[in-house]
Amino acid sequence: MSKVSIGVVRFPGTNCDQDVFDAVADIELARPVWLWHKETNLQDVKGVVLAGGFSYGDYLRAGAIARFSPIMEEVIRFASDGGPVLGICNGFQILTEAELLPGALMRNNRLTFVCRPQRLRVEARDTPFTRRYAHRQIVSFPVAHAEGSFAADASVIERLEDEGRVVFRYVDERGGNGPDANPNGSMNDIAGVINKVGNVLGLMPHPDRAMHEMVGSADGRGIFEGLVETAA
Amino acid sequence: MTAQVEVHIQLKPGMLDPQGETLENALAAIGYQGVRGMRVGKWITFEIEADNPDTVEAQVDEMCSRLLANPIIERYEYQVTREAHT
Repeated sequence: MSKVSIGVVRFPGTNCDQDVFDAVADIELARPVWLWHKETNLQDVKGVVLAGGFSYGDYLRAGAIARFSPIMEEVIRFASDGGPVLGICNGFQILTEAELLPGALMRNNRLTFVCRPQRLRVEARDTPFTRRYAHRQIVSFPVAHAEGSFAADASVIERLEDEGRVVFRYVDERGGNGPDANPNGSMNDIAGVINKVGNVLGLMPHPDRAMHEMVGSADGRGIFEGLVETAA
Repeated sequence: MTAQVEVHIQLKPGMLDPQGETLENALAAIGYQGVRGMRVGKWITFEIEADNPDTVEAQVDEMCSRLLANPIIERYEYQVTREAHT
């Protein structure tokens, strides 16, 4: 069986591109492909990942300028055609700026850059990215961001909840909603959301940094396995 | 003609502004009491060449809503001052 090509987009300032590339390469049957932001075709990849970092130095707002890079027009077309797109951290910020996902990522409520292992609850497993997880499974992915506080109008939040589109929610060490659960003040403890069709996922925590027990958690593998399975 | 543009961007009312809150606390710490409702925004200035002055405002508004501000969380105001070449 031939390998499934997964595109890893690089903007100037992306810095988790190698982590994502290696994460994809780690999945059997997957072949990561670099996509430079100035390219105008996706080289027939079957899935796209926007990696974390500080595209365009986070100038103006995180993701605001990257959203207009040439490759994004192709990513938007690919997503509109139903192709799976995963945005991690800065990639999530770019997807909201591109309006592929609702809401916005605002400065953390405590003005600190949070960098720590973070527990999450998988709230929806009927997505291409989470089918490998159990219902309401608690996973641990690192977070590393200063602008990760998910915000949207109350009506949008309500719709996301009603439609089961909150895919990951921050929880505390015991898997509950205690005061230590939420690292950034996001509304409803939201860590990741999916679009209405169900093929574009954005999340602030880094599954790409949770690929091996050696680094504290291998819980992130499921997302990449799901992505590759869907893309195949 | 050249127009001078000033754009002011602020978080919408009700949106948490942790920078503003922190500055209030810092000001209180150095002796300034009674400071309330501090919001930190952006002030952007630029010039724009325009053949047709009537279209400048519409263009600036579009720039604000597409890139300079994020209407989901921010509101913006702008001023356009037309200056004829001398």
